Amino acid sequence: MNVPALDSVDALLIVPALAGLVLAFLPGYRLAAGVNCVASGLAFLCACALLPHRPAPGAYLFVDDLNVVFVVLSTFVGFTTSAYSASYIGHEIATGKLNPAHVRFYHAMYQSMMFAMNLALLANNIGLMWVAVEFATLTTVLMVGIHRTPEALEAAWKYFILGSVGIALALFGTILVYMSAEPVLGEGSDAMVWTSLMQHAAAFSPRLLNVAFVFLMLGYGTKVGLAPMHAWLPDAHAEGPTPISAVLSGLLLNVALYAILRFKMLLAANAAAIAPGPLMIALGLASLIFAGFMLYRRDDIKRLFAYSSIEHMGIVTFAFGMGGPLANFAGLLHMTMHSLTKSAIFFAVGHVVQVKGTQKIADIRGLTESHPALGWALVAGVMAIAGLPPFGVFMSEFLVVSSTFARQPLLAIPLALGLLVAFGALLLRLVGLAFGEPSESAGEVEASVVPLYVHLALVLLAGLWLEPHVAAWFRNVAALLG
Amino acid sequence: MGTLAFDVAHLFAGGLVLVSFVLLYQDRMTGLINIFTLHAIVLSLSVAWQAYVQHAPHLYLTAAIAILFKAVVIPLGLRRIMVRLRIHRDIEVVGGVGATMLLGICLVALSLVVMLPATAAAAPLAREDLAFALSVVLLGLLMMVTRRNAISQVVGFMSLENGLILAATGAKGMPLVVEISVAFSVLIAFIVIGIFLFRIRERFDTVDIQELDRVRGGRR
Repeated sequence: MNVPALDSVDALLIVPALAGLVLAFLPGYRLAAGVNCVASGLAFLCACALLPHRPAPGAYLFVDDLNVVFVVLSTFVGFTTSAYSASYIGHEIATGKLNPAHVRFYHAMYQSMMFAMNLALLANNIGLMWVAVEFATLTTVLMVGIHRTPEALEAAWKYFILGSVGIALALFGTILVYMSAEPVLGEGSDAMVWTSLMQHAAAFSPRLLNVAFVFLMLGYGTKVGLAPMHAWLPDAHAEGPTPISAVLSGLLLNVALYAILRFKMLLAANAAAIAPGPLMIALGLASLIFAGFMLYRRDDIKRLFAYSSIEHMGIVTFAFGMGGPLANFAGLLHMTMHSLTKSAIFFAVGHVVQVKGTQKIADIRGLTESHPALGWALVAGVMAIAGLPPFGVFMSEFLVVSSTFARQPLLAIPLALGLLVAFGALLLRLVGLAFGEPSESAGEVEASVVPLYVHLALVLLAGLWLEPHVAAWFRNVAALLG
Repeated sequence: MGTLAFDVAHLFAGGLVLVSFVLLYQDRMTGLINIFTLHAIVLSLSVAWQAYVQHAPHLYLTAAIAILFKAVVIPLGLRRIMVRLRIHRDIEVVGGVGATMLLGICLVALSLVVMLPATAAAAPLAREDLAFALSVVLLGLLMMVTRRNAISQVVGFMSLENGLILAATGAKGMPLVVEISVAFSVLIAFIVIGIFLFRIRERFDTVDIQELDRVRGGRR
C-alpha cells in the first residue's frame, strides 16, 4: 500500500470539493479566479502523483492504467481552462455581461464540475460513476444557462432534458448490468464494483449484458454527443461562457466516453455477449459524416467548433469500436489531441468573440491583421483540428485511417470521406475568419494567450515527436482495452 | 407466499404501466398533476411490496421517499407554479390521442419482446418487473416527445424516473446507494427545472416549449 499515492486519489476529490465550497462564499472575482486556478493546479499535481505508483483499488475508488490517462488529461485541461477563465470572466464583468453573484456561482460550479468528473473517472462502482456523471451534467447545465438570455436558457433547457433522458437510459443499463452480475457475485455492492465485475464477467448472463450495453451506449452516447442524440451539444457550446465550451469539449465528452469504454471492456470479457464494436463503429461513423456536412452550414463560430467536436468524438468512438492495439492507440491519442486542440480553439474563439462583439462568422474577418496573436493561434488551432501535418491530430487521424484500411478497407472509405468533408468546411471558414480586410472591433481585451499556446505547443510536439514514455504508456492502455 | 407475492407485485407493476397510459392523454394541467400523484402512489406501493417480499427494510425508505416527495411535495410545488404562472386552467392540445395510444401499446410490446428473452435466467418476479419498468420508461419518453408544454415534459420525465426506480427495486439486493441517489437526482432535477420554469416565465410569459423554438428560429 502506498500511503502517499492513496492520499492523492482522495485529494483529487477533496481539493475541488473544498474549493467549490470556499468559492461559493468568496467575494471579489480576482481572488476567486486565483483560488479557482490554484485549486485546479493542485488537482493536476495530485493526478500527476498517480503516474509513478498507483494505490490498491478501494471499495469506492480505484486507479488503473486506463483511468489515469483520463484523470491526468482532464485535470490538465481543467487547470489551463481555469487560468484562461480568469481573463475571460474579467472581461465579461467589465462589459457587464455577468454580475459578481453570477461569477461566484460560476466558480463554485466550475470546481463542483471538476469534482464530479474526477469522481466519475475514479469510481470503482458503476452506481457511483452514474451519480457522478449525473452531477457533472447538472453543474454544466447551470453554467450554460448563466447568461440568462433567452438563447442561453433554451440551450440549457435542451441540454438538461436530453442529458436527463440519456442519463436515465444509462441508469437502466446500469441496473441491467447489476442484474446480470447478481447471480454470480451475490447480492449487494460487490456486483457493482468494477474490479470484481471485470474478474467475473465471463460468467454473466450474456443476453442481459447485450441489452444493458445498448442502453448504456445510447445513454452515455448522448453525453458523448454521438449523432442521433447530439442535439444538445451545439446549443450548449454556443450559448454557455466560452471556458465552459472548452471544458465541455475537452473533458465532459471524454468522461462519458470513458464510461462507454469501461462497459465495452466488460462485454469483451464475456465471450457469449455481442461484440460491442459494430454499434460503436456505426454511431461513430454517423456522427463523423453528419457533423462533417453540418459544418458547411454554420454561421455561428462557437457552433461551428461544437459540430467539429461531434465529428471528432465520432472518430474516437469509431477507433475504439474497431478495437485492437493499433486502433485503440489511435483512438486514445486522437482523444487526447482533440481535447488539447479543441480547448485551445475555444480559448482563442472566446477572446475573438469578445473583441469582435459577435459570434457570427460573417462578421468576423481578417483576424490575423487586426489581432495577430489571437488570429494566428486560431489559424494554427484550426489547421491542427482539420488534421493538417505537422500537428498531433494529423498523426492520430492517420493512424485511425491506416489501421482501418488494414482491417476493414470498406469502412475506411466513409471514414476518409467524412474526414475530407470536415477538412474542407473548416479550411473554408478559416480563410474568411483569419484573412482579408479586418472587420470592425467592438473593444480591446486583455487576452491570456499562455494556456492557448501551451496547448498548441503540446499538440505540435506530439505531432513531431511522440515522447517514448508516453507512447509506451498509451500502447499499454491500448492493449488493456482489447 | 410464492404466487401471492408474484401476483401482487405483478398487479402494482402492471398498474404503473396503466397509469402511464392514463398520463399520455391528460390534456388538463390539473388532471395531469393528479394522475402523476397516482403514479407516484402506485410506485411506492409497488416498492413497499418489494421491500416486504425481499425482506429488504431499506426499500421501505425508498417507498417512503417516493410517496412523500413525489406524491406530495412535487405535485404541490407544480400546482403552485401553475397558479403563479396562471396556466392551471389551461388545456393543452394533445395531438392524435389514438395514434399516441397505439404507439404506447407498441412500446409496451417492444419492451416485453426485448426484456423477457434477455432475462430468461432471472427469477420470474424480477423478469416481469423489468419488462414493466422498461414499458414505463418508454412511455415516459413518449410523453416527453409528444408534449410541447414544459410542465408536461417534466411530468413525463418524472414518470420515466419512476420506471427506473421500479427496475432498481426489482433487481434483488441492489445497494441502497443507488436508490437514494435516484431520489436525490429527482430532487435536484426538480429544483433545477423549477428555476428554469421561473426564468422562462420571466423572459417569455409562457412555458410553451414551442416559444423557445421560435426564439431560436428568429435568430437564425
